[in-house]
Amino acid sequence: MIDILRHGFVQNAFFAGVIVATISGFIGYFVVLRGQTFACEALSHIGFAGATGAALVGASSLEGMFLFTLIAAIGMGALGKRLSSRDIEVGIVLSFVLGLGVLFLSIYTRNTTGAVGVLFGSILSVTINDVLVTLGSGMVIILMLVILFRPLLFASIEPEVAEARGVPVQQLSIFFLILLALSVTLTVKVVGVLLVFALLVVPAAAAEHLTHRPWLAITLSILISLMATLGGLILAFIGHWPVSFYIVSLTSLFYFISLIIHALRFPRHYRELPHPSREVLPPSL
Amino acid sequence: MFAIFQYPFIQNAFIAGSIVAIVAAVLGYFLIVRGLSFAGHALSSIGFAGAAGAVLLGVSPIYGLMAFTVTASIAISFLGREIRERDVATGVIMTFALGLGILFLSLYHGYAEQAYSILFGTIVGVSRDDVVFTFILGLIILAVMAIIGRPLLFSSFDSELAETRGVPLRALGSVFLILIALTISITTQVIGILLVFALLVGPSATAIRLVHQPFRAIVLSIILGLTYTWLGILLGGNSPWPVSFFITALSFGVYLPVRLFSKGIDSKRSAEGFEKLSIADSHLAPRKDHHD
Amino acid sequence: MRNIKTQEPIIQLEQVDVGLGGRTILKNIHLSIQPGEFIVILGPNGAGKTTFLKLLLGLIQPASGVVRVLGQIPKVGSHLIGYAPQHRVFDSELPLRGRDLVGFGLDGHRWGFGWPSQGRREKIDQVLKEVDGLDLADAPFGQLSGGEQQRLLIAQALLTDPRLLILDEPLANLDLAYQQDVVALIDKVCRTRGVTILLVAHDINPLLQVTDRVLYMARGHSAIGLPDEVITESNLTKLYGSPVQVVRTLGRFFVVGAEV
Repeated sequence: MIDILRHGFVQNAFFAGVIVATISGFIGYFVVLRGQTFACEALSHIGFAGATGAALVGASSLEGMFLFTLIAAIGMGALGKRLSSRDIEVGIVLSFVLGLGVLFLSIYTRNTTGAVGVLFGSILSVTINDVLVTLGSGMVIILMLVILFRPLLFASIEPEVAEARGVPVQQLSIFFLILLALSVTLTVKVVGVLLVFALLVVPAAAAEHLTHRPWLAITLSILISLMATLGGLILAFIGHWPVSFYIVSLTSLFYFISLIIHALRFPRHYRELPHPSREVLPPSL
Repeated sequence: MFAIFQYPFIQNAFIAGSIVAIVAAVLGYFLIVRGLSFAGHALSSIGFAGAAGAVLLGVSPIYGLMAFTVTASIAISFLGREIRERDVATGVIMTFALGLGILFLSLYHGYAEQAYSILFGTIVGVSRDDVVFTFILGLIILAVMAIIGRPLLFSSFDSELAETRGVPLRALGSVFLILIALTISITTQVIGILLVFALLVGPSATAIRLVHQPFRAIVLSIILGLTYTWLGILLGGNSPWPVSFFITALSFGVYLPVRLFSKGIDSKRSAEGFEKLSIADSHLAPRKDHHD
Repeated sequence: MRNIKTQEPIIQLEQVDVGLGGRTILKNIHLSIQPGEFIVILGPNGAGKTTFLKLLLGLIQPASGVVRVLGQIPKVGSHLIGYAPQHRVFDSELPLRGRDLVGFGLDGHRWGFGWPSQGRREKIDQVLKEVDGLDLADAPFGQLSGGEQQRLLIAQALLTDPRLLILDEPLANLDLAYQQDVVALIDKVCRTRGVTILLVAHDINPLLQVTDRVLYMARGHSAIGLPDEVITESNLTKLYGSPVQVVRTLGRFFVVGAEV
């Protein structure tokens, strides 16, 4: 088993996996907190169109993806100022850009291998270059999140008070989405467009079920993300199924466990729950 | 340009597409009003896993699709908690289903075509049998909607009052989600599972921004849905680009300017959303004494 | 009713107009508020109450007139103003403890992530004790009752030792018992800290014992004075522009014919 680690592509896969898992675990905390999970989905789908479009013009799919998601993030941040129609906005954008993806795919002479990699993940074809790019971007993202941590947390929970305290809530929202766009682009490499949710949202959601302390939640989120990614890679080398499947299954498992732990620790006492058709408005987008 | 209509496969596409557009428009309106758009998206992704699994078993994908989406819709309808929590839980189910779908696809070596068609739609591959199936299912869905439409609307706008009047909220919610699952199944044939949203949400979202009264909004969204589908088939049939792309482009292309420029229309009301409507806002709440 | 010595007013508005999106929301507002006063702001929704608060917070500028808070033009992010906006429904699963949320009031706006320090913890504990909320500190914020959440939100607003406390509908959605708790707490804060209170409410009655003056706003106009002076039929009818009846009985005010 350890022999495998001597192969370059395996090492790259592990490196990339670790970096991406750390980033996703960290920024995922905010994604779940801000209720922007749907936006996250949308960005990944938009990234797909960007990647396939870039491949069409011969550019790097990573760059194409980042460009598209960046534009989408800014657009979403600017458009989604009002609380309503958050998911409609995002859903429409999602559909449209998938349509673009369809177009590019069909033009791209049905050479689906590239698109498959983007859709389903291609961590085993990560080059050392990719690792370096991921590392560099990852450090930037994490640095930004550390700097913005307090005002972002404040603005996510209590936007009006934060605004009164001088926090630039609107700009922070847009900037956060830009960071998210970058994170999504990096995560797609590991698990593919369809499963971005698994790394960016699920570990953080599990962590947020386990504790109410922000720093502990972030640490747990990163840990779960790492365990799922590394565990998934190991399982993929032992077994025969796709890496992304193992990673996703592990995150789902962790989430399920966190639900059980949560239910045991906080048995649901009677509390007036909102009706199924009444929304509890989430902050910002 | 209209010469393509002489081909039976275009005729089939036209009929199936029209049925789907109408059903999707009606169901889509309620989907938005009930804040279930994400659940809709999740269901379509779950359907993908079902379809892929069905292909693996050698069965027609639509049955796998229906089985998975209906089951998932029942599960999701029990996630009646707050939105943030519900979105995440729905998303986890969706992602796991997608993971399964990827697994099934990878196990089934070959027929990438079939996967492609599930994902992106092959309305021009619709057979006469498919049309009949779509028609019957569509009819059933609309019939059920005709029965539950009024209480569903009522409970969507004012759930508390509806409950005191004896409307079975939970059951209604479950039935509705099952109908959504079935709608997604027939819409997938036309436009593919990844783009279902364009027909399911696009026309309704546009209509809601223009017209506030429920009945009129539904009618407008039907008109829009049919227009997008017909134009999409026309344009797609005459060009190498897929029909689903045109439908999606039209759906978004119309929605975007409407979204950007309709802010002036009672924006405060739209911003507060239907969720905050109370019976006191009688000019926006559905009138229960006569059908709007 | 306490004896307010007339000194430099903490809030001063002179002939202030405020517009938003082409509409004039506040017309010719002219008033001054003394330090330490407990002011209750009444009036129907859409009358401009929240706009007035945003004006004082420096979030919007007047179209004309002069606004001074603590002798200065209002600036966003002033530490001398504590603010608790209209009650939002918090997610019951919110992954934050009571003390985390209260802590925002201290340094939520500062960059970086802030190392936990003993001094910080003490400041938060102190303000928690003041609102009688120490036992709520480590509970999940979303699981607390409306009244408990409101108490913590007030604690949050007090952390920077403000001179002015602005509370937008703190009593909304609260049971009567909780309302009385919160009113007592705010009054205590006003008395012991000498903080000026601006409290928006829909019903003056729970606050009658503690109110110094009432600021009544309707259709962009305002009237300020003692409750008995302001809440009269002639005043309110003029403000609303339609017949309003005021019944004063059982030591309470009942306003009939208009949304309060």
